[in-house]
Amino acid sequence: MEKGKGLARRWAVELHDVSSSSSSPAFPDPPGFTRSAPEADDAASARQRKETEAAWKGQKAWEVAQAPFKNLMMMGFMMWMAGSTVHLFSIGIVFSALWQPFNALRSVGKVFEPFKDPRVDTLAPKLLFTALNLAAMGLGVWKLNTLGLLPTNASDWVSSLSPAREVEYAGGGIPLM
Amino acid sequence: MALPPRQLLLVLLGFLVAVSLATLAAAVYADQVGLADWHQKYIGKVKQAVYHTQKSGRRRVVVLTEENVIASLDLRSGDIFWRHVIEKNNPIDQLSLSAGKYVVTLSSGGSILRAWNLPDGQMVWETNIQTSSASKSLLHVLSNSKVVQDNLVLVLAGQWIYAISSIDGLISWGKEFTLDGLEIKQVVQSPENDIVYVVGIAGSSKLAVYQLNAKTGEIVKDAQESLPDGLCGEMLLGSSNVLVALDETRSALFIVEFKGESISYNKVQISEFVQDFSGMVKLLPLMSNGIIALQSSSTVSLLKLKGMNGLEVIHSFDRPASVSDALTITEKDEAFAIVQHVGSQIEFIVKVTSDLTNEIIREKVDIDQHRGSVEKVFLNNYVRTDKSHGFRALVVMEDHSLLLIQQGAVVWSREDGLASIVDVMASELPVEKDGVSVADVEHNLFEWLKGHVLKLKGTLMLASVDELAAIQALRVRSSEKNKMTRDHNGFRKLLIVLTKAGKVIALHTGDGRIIWSNLLPSLRASKSGEMPSALRIYQWQVPHHRVMRENPSILVVGRSGASSVAPGVLCILDSYSGEELNSQRFDHSVAQIIPLILKDSSEQRLHLIVDSNSNAHLYPRSPDALNSFMTEMSNQYFYSVDIQKNAIRGYSLQKSCDFDSGDTYCFSTRLLWSIIFPSDAERISVSETRKMNEVVHTQAKIIADQDVMYKYLSKSLIFVATVSPKAAGEIGSAAPEEASLMAYLIDAVSGRILHRMTHHGAQGPVHSVVSENWVVYHYFNLRAHRFEIAVIEIYDQSRADNKDVLKLILGKHNLSAPMTSYSRPEVMVKSQSYFFTHSVKAMAVTQTAKGITSKQLLIGTIGDQVLALDKRFLDPRRSVNPTQQEKEEGIIPLTDYLPIIPQSYVTHSLQVEALRGIVSIPAKLESTTLVFTYGVDLFYTRLAPSRTYDSLTDEFSYALLLITIVALVAALFVTWIWSEKKELRDKWR
Repeated sequence: MEKGKGLARRWAVELHDVSSSSSSPAFPDPPGFTRSAPEADDAASARQRKETEAAWKGQKAWEVAQAPFKNLMMMGFMMWMAGSTVHLFSIGIVFSALWQPFNALRSVGKVFEPFKDPRVDTLAPKLLFTALNLAAMGLGVWKLNTLGLLPTNASDWVSSLSPAREVEYAGGGIPLM
Repeated sequence: MALPPRQLLLVLLGFLVAVSLATLAAAVYADQVGLADWHQKYIGKVKQAVYHTQKSGRRRVVVLTEENVIASLDLRSGDIFWRHVIEKNNPIDQLSLSAGKYVVTLSSGGSILRAWNLPDGQMVWETNIQTSSASKSLLHVLSNSKVVQDNLVLVLAGQWIYAISSIDGLISWGKEFTLDGLEIKQVVQSPENDIVYVVGIAGSSKLAVYQLNAKTGEIVKDAQESLPDGLCGEMLLGSSNVLVALDETRSALFIVEFKGESISYNKVQISEFVQDFSGMVKLLPLMSNGIIALQSSSTVSLLKLKGMNGLEVIHSFDRPASVSDALTITEKDEAFAIVQHVGSQIEFIVKVTSDLTNEIIREKVDIDQHRGSVEKVFLNNYVRTDKSHGFRALVVMEDHSLLLIQQGAVVWSREDGLASIVDVMASELPVEKDGVSVADVEHNLFEWLKGHVLKLKGTLMLASVDELAAIQALRVRSSEKNKMTRDHNGFRKLLIVLTKAGKVIALHTGDGRIIWSNLLPSLRASKSGEMPSALRIYQWQVPHHRVMRENPSILVVGRSGASSVAPGVLCILDSYSGEELNSQRFDHSVAQIIPLILKDSSEQRLHLIVDSNSNAHLYPRSPDALNSFMTEMSNQYFYSVDIQKNAIRGYSLQKSCDFDSGDTYCFSTRLLWSIIFPSDAERISVSETRKMNEVVHTQAKIIADQDVMYKYLSKSLIFVATVSPKAAGEIGSAAPEEASLMAYLIDAVSGRILHRMTHHGAQGPVHSVVSENWVVYHYFNLRAHRFEIAVIEIYDQSRADNKDVLKLILGKHNLSAPMTSYSRPEVMVKSQSYFFTHSVKAMAVTQTAKGITSKQLLIGTIGDQVLALDKRFLDPRRSVNPTQQEKEEGIIPLTDYLPIIPQSYVTHSLQVEALRGIVSIPAKLESTTLVFTYGVDLFYTRLAPSRTYDSLTDEFSYALLLITIVALVAALFVTWIWSEKKELRDKWR
């Protein structure tokens, strides 16, 4: 039964071409419909629309640039929750806090790609975005330091310093009886 | 009833503390006992042996040893039935059996008489006896119970004689002889009536014989006689009324006959009947039927008394030979045994006193060559099935081992020299060679499978009792730990021990078996009567890259005589085989041995041996060693702690030598500094330094707040404790006001006292241990009536300013600059003391390969156990309320007592009787250290002070891991195939 079914569907030819049907000249356009209508719009409205688009892009770009701020607040809250002792949770949070801004900074061009427009100034949002991400990263580093994982103390540099060589050697003790 | 909240909180806190403490203790589970540890029981060199009487039917022997042990041994196997180790300050002099059911011992110079139950060794009674002075005491059990019903035991000490009932230990009668300076030497029991003859010497030449009534102690008769020459004090009973006594010069014998009130004597020169006698002459213990044994330096002679006229030599044996006591076998006959050496064998001869020309037994017995010569023989007889007499004998050899000889063979032997270890060191085993036979692998595979099936059963709780035992046995004898090759973790090593008898024995750490032993010829007693003494054992050569092909070797240093000025002896042994490579007799004495850090080109470690005239001698004596020493000579110092003169002196070395000016290997010493303690206020009690081979990981100590303190890590730091002279005695002998203990930290190079501390009202005995930058010492606090352990930590202030991170990153610091004692660095000292419950016999600290693992103190307690105490408990920075950071650092809140957690006893349920020393040897695995404890018993175990953080435990189931991995891989394949099929099916749908 299975086999028969399989065999039956080994090949199939669709003779009716569906794709070509919509644009087929066999069907006339409905009345009042002109294909060339959009192109026939006046130049003023086009400019206006472009301006609104640019404004919208600019607004969006600022929104995107400010997005890390929310992230920053959340991270801060998470870090506060994680406490200052080294364990799996705090380590995970710190690493995500470092990795996210790093990733965002790497792809800063890509993030602002959709808003690329000669009339839109994306430099300021980019700078804000970078600054906020750097701040987030700074927060991560600060957390790393509070966890004591950064070698900022003298103790981190001398903890494995082997004892100094001694010049003199003295032996002896109570004489053997 | 509900607890009030405060109390609840307390309970909770208590629970938390208990939990946190429980995690500190690294105990073993019951089924892990014997897995990594072993315990061996010994008794020491036997000095007296008493067999059970035949009637009791038990084949046992009760022995008294030089280690102050009384033990009952099984004659079939040599196993210990029961054993009592008595403290050294209560030495047991004599042992005897009474009434067939008590073992009676006389100890402490005849002042304590104890009776022990024969079958189980329980003490039955103890009697204290008032004796006049510390004189040689005698114990005599009145044998004939028909005459005296009470089974009296006679104790004779100085001028006193006591009769004590052996049933309950009550003194039946006591008598003091009025004769001035009398010392009782012999007691004889009359066979017919209840008269006891007591023979004593007053002064050096006056002989006195008393006849006493055994029941009442009344003097029936007494007689005194002055002999023309002095007596040396040795005398024997020739027959029932004839005494044989050695004279002062040990060249003539007095034959003394006492009949009633008359004493008659005759003096005979030994040279008249013994040819070529020389040296020290000794009378050997009691014989009878008119036969005595005389030992001179080269022979042992059997002499027969010919009335009063003289003596006749019956037989003479070349030494080393030994004669046993006479043993009554029939009504009239007494047998005795002689053991002598014939080539590599020993000859065991049994004779009967009535017919000396005949020999009942003459057997040759093969014995191990490393046992030396025969020292003592104890003869015993048994009745064979055909009613004839068979004989067996316990033989004590020169290396203190005990053998049972029967029917021409050694039935069993005990290596009891191990009860008197002098020094210990560890040595590596050979590296594993390639090439293992296939049969071995197959066998191992089968065993391995079987073992794992058993273990699986055990984990699933399907195993029967027998199987559980088998699992345990399997674990214990798992072949891995007993291999004769080096292992990756460095757990398998040779423990090389030097015993008092001069025997070097190598024990395997896996199971404690003896790998090799060597009784060093240069440390054996010579015929002239010199008793050499073994002193120390050191690593001589550890081959590394250049001389890799050679075996490592060890150095044994001893003295050729008992006195401290006797010439020294040096032996070098191969540590794999125990063969003697080199032996040398010094022409100077040995006062101190200083192993240097220098090595010569063949990797031999340089040693300075300082003689009693403070001249230093360099070994090995090779030009190469001399060269490497000369370049460093100006930096070599030595110090000597003179307890008699109450001073510590430091010396430097100079090239010339006033001992032998031509000897370039001899150096004279120049006194640099001396610290003389006022002898009316202080007496040196103990001096301690760091172990030479101790490895320290870091010089910095990180404290709370990420702050750094720099440890004062000088190897020349010595700790000296002095006590006030009045408090030098036993605890309680001094009042708290007049007792004080002073602790000093002294630099051994410059003689500078780095720190001095006084404990008022404290007294010794002081036990101390020095490690890294701290000292821990144990003493008694008279005011608090408790023992205390104090800790001193010393920090280097001159390095304390190295705290600038930038400078440290750039390497601009003085921390790795070489350290010299002459720079007089400022030091900072922290100290604290804690109460401790136990009195201490020995103290040590764990040593690990890199010094990273935290340290534990190993405390040999009075109960002969070893307690591992975390150094964290002995931190001077402990405070009542540690801050959060200090808690994070691991500082434990201050308590006045050091906790004794039962699980932290390293020896778990075992006891190392008469514990004397604890040695910690680092394994290759950083977390683990090997601990060897010795006394009369031996105990070895592995310790991980911070748990085995760098390896999986033995308990880890590799099989389970393997099975899991295989199962996972299989599951991976199966699901992969499934998903492939499903995908295909979906594509065709």
